[in-house]
Amino acid sequence: MYAAAIFLPLLGAVIAGLFGRALGARWSMAVTCGAMVISAILACVIFYEVVLAAEARNNTVEIFTWIQSGTLAFSWALKFDPLSAIMVFTVSVVSAIIHIYSIGYMSHDPHRPRFFAYLSLFTFSMLMLVSADNLVQLFFGWEGVGLCSYLLIGFWYHKPSANAAAIKAFVVNRVGDFGFALGIFGIFLVFDTVGFEDIFAAVASKKETTFQFLSMEVHALTAIAILLFIGAMGKSAQIFLHTWLPDAMEGPTPVSALIHAATMVTAGVFMVCRMSPLFEAAPTALFIVTLVGASTAFFAATVGLCQTDIKRVIAYSTCSQLGYMFFAAGIGAYSIAIFHLMTHAFFKALLFLGSGSVIHGMSDEQDMRRMGGIWRKMPLTYALMWIGSLALAGIGIPGLIGFAGFHSKDAILEAAFGAHSGIGMVAYWLGIAAAFLTALYSWRLILMTFHGKPRASDQVMSHVHESPFVMTGPLILLAVGAVIAGFLGQDLFTGHGVEVFKRAGFEMARMEKIIEAAHHVAPWVKWLPLIVALAGIACAYIAYAYLRMIPVFLAYKMRGLYQFLLNKWYFDELYDAIFVKPAFYLGRGLWKSGDGAFIDGVGPDGIAAAAQNIAKRASALQTGYLYHYAFSILIGVAAFVTLYVLVIAG
Amino acid sequence: MFEIGLTHYLTLAAIVFTIGIFGIFLNRKNVIVILMSVELMLLAVNINLVAFSWALKDLVGQIFAMFVLTVAAAEAAIGLAILVVYFRNRGSIEVEDVNVMKG
Repeated sequence: MYAAAIFLPLLGAVIAGLFGRALGARWSMAVTCGAMVISAILACVIFYEVVLAAEARNNTVEIFTWIQSGTLAFSWALKFDPLSAIMVFTVSVVSAIIHIYSIGYMSHDPHRPRFFAYLSLFTFSMLMLVSADNLVQLFFGWEGVGLCSYLLIGFWYHKPSANAAAIKAFVVNRVGDFGFALGIFGIFLVFDTVGFEDIFAAVASKKETTFQFLSMEVHALTAIAILLFIGAMGKSAQIFLHTWLPDAMEGPTPVSALIHAATMVTAGVFMVCRMSPLFEAAPTALFIVTLVGASTAFFAATVGLCQTDIKRVIAYSTCSQLGYMFFAAGIGAYSIAIFHLMTHAFFKALLFLGSGSVIHGMSDEQDMRRMGGIWRKMPLTYALMWIGSLALAGIGIPGLIGFAGFHSKDAILEAAFGAHSGIGMVAYWLGIAAAFLTALYSWRLILMTFHGKPRASDQVMSHVHESPFVMTGPLILLAVGAVIAGFLGQDLFTGHGVEVFKRAGFEMARMEKIIEAAHHVAPWVKWLPLIVALAGIACAYIAYAYLRMIPVFLAYKMRGLYQFLLNKWYFDELYDAIFVKPAFYLGRGLWKSGDGAFIDGVGPDGIAAAAQNIAKRASALQTGYLYHYAFSILIGVAAFVTLYVLVIAG
Repeated sequence: MFEIGLTHYLTLAAIVFTIGIFGIFLNRKNVIVILMSVELMLLAVNINLVAFSWALKDLVGQIFAMFVLTVAAAEAAIGLAILVVYFRNRGSIEVEDVNVMKG
């Protein structure tokens, strides 16, 4: 059962991918969705057995030995502890819902078998990633999801922008993966193993290890943790390596929902939590994790404020929420990071699929400036977007009840405050600022999309329709998750249930202390996120529903700031100038002068030209005139005779 | 008294042979002239053979000369036949035009 939950999506992907043409779209969808739903059900059972049941215990499924070379030895093995069980549960449930949604969303696409094969392959890779029991297997899943992300972003390969976005995602991830791979090498160097259990067992004894690097003493665990975190930054789109995520919205919307919101981008957070014993031994690395997470949470929220593409707003929101997860992990509240990861998967998938429903209804329009006034025409989508936004903004009454995002996000902020460290306070205030901005851009999105006068053409407006049940059904399931996941999960992740994470290798003493401190922060700390969120909603209503000239006025008055945010802090332009352009120039230079002029000129082209030249001269000897040949015969005879007379006879 | 000896025959043959060679090279007009020049060279050789046969009192040389004549006749026949066909196809047998083998 444990192996089946992981491998069923692979089976579906192989069948749909290799035989999709023969099976046809209908059967391909049936196979992949069927496999995915069974896998999701199994994942629920696993979740129960590993986390919730009274006699719950870890479970490892050995499949076979993978590599055995000297001291480097590891197997394909599926490790189910509370952490991976929660991830398997989240990934496969959300993935199953999105598979079903895609049946409706992709109904007009001619390449459905390929799409579903990729989607299932992605799910398999992600499940492999979260259930890995050693770093190399984790890396396999890590690269697998990167590959599927590339394939799915570029799914509409006839769009040049989609191809560019796919390549960008792949290249930016390579930067992170480079750090991750170095981290794995470092771990093998220090620990002589790549299995999680062995690493965690040995962390205490390696605390003082250092390596020499450029004649500097480097604290080994800190260096490794930072390298691993660079990998996590790439995959989880943290500031500096975030540029690929908004562009990844070129892919079909279910892909954005599954990969670029709910699951793959959380791989970095998962990895940091997975390696938490190692990070705990490297306080400097944790400081960096917190700082980067908090900066990203704030940065992405400011950018989300000025975007006009509905999916990009949500993409930056994802970036921002991932920042929350990272700083939660950075201050040591790993279970809360995972909690937010899980609730976020539900409500962000809901928001994405909801926006997909809007895009589908608006005849593939993504620009919010050309939407508006459609809430009466798609009331169900409208209501679901409200639920998603309420969950995202973290609306709820402290100490009582709230939407999913409320329980996890407030827990993060309280934990950041409760950490009583300088960086914790920085994270708290950046988090509060981001919470305000989150509410602001969420309601900006809702108001621009659904309210006001219709700004689309009459032709589009006459076609606006509520999506079919195959799309709204999954949305309702996700909405249920977005409402109750926080309430159901709060005891497990932030209450007495955190005990189970001992089996996931988390550093319990510190984490429990932080969670304890989070429960006992001053009341204003608990209420502030709610207040700023409500203030954000109020601001959005004032600016985008009642006094519509305010945004125009602000954009005009603070032109510089507006341009700065609209252009995403000029990160793309900066990278273009620093990395992309020089790379192009270097490549062009090497191509023109190095390869073209030198290697081709001297090598193939030069030899060919020389041969041709010599052949031309040689063929000039063949005049075709008989008397020339005869003359050469005569000369030859004369020469031989002379030779004979002078040398041999003489 | 003027006695005609082997030397004279050989000198004549050398002259005829040289005329043949120059006939091949200096002629710019007609392929038939080349054929005739080749014929001349063969005849020069024949004169040599017969002259030596007479000088050495050995008939083999004359027999060989008969063979050469036969071959020369066959060669002339074939050569002229080729020329006729060539003229039919190309409309010219000028040496300058006969350069199909040009590389």
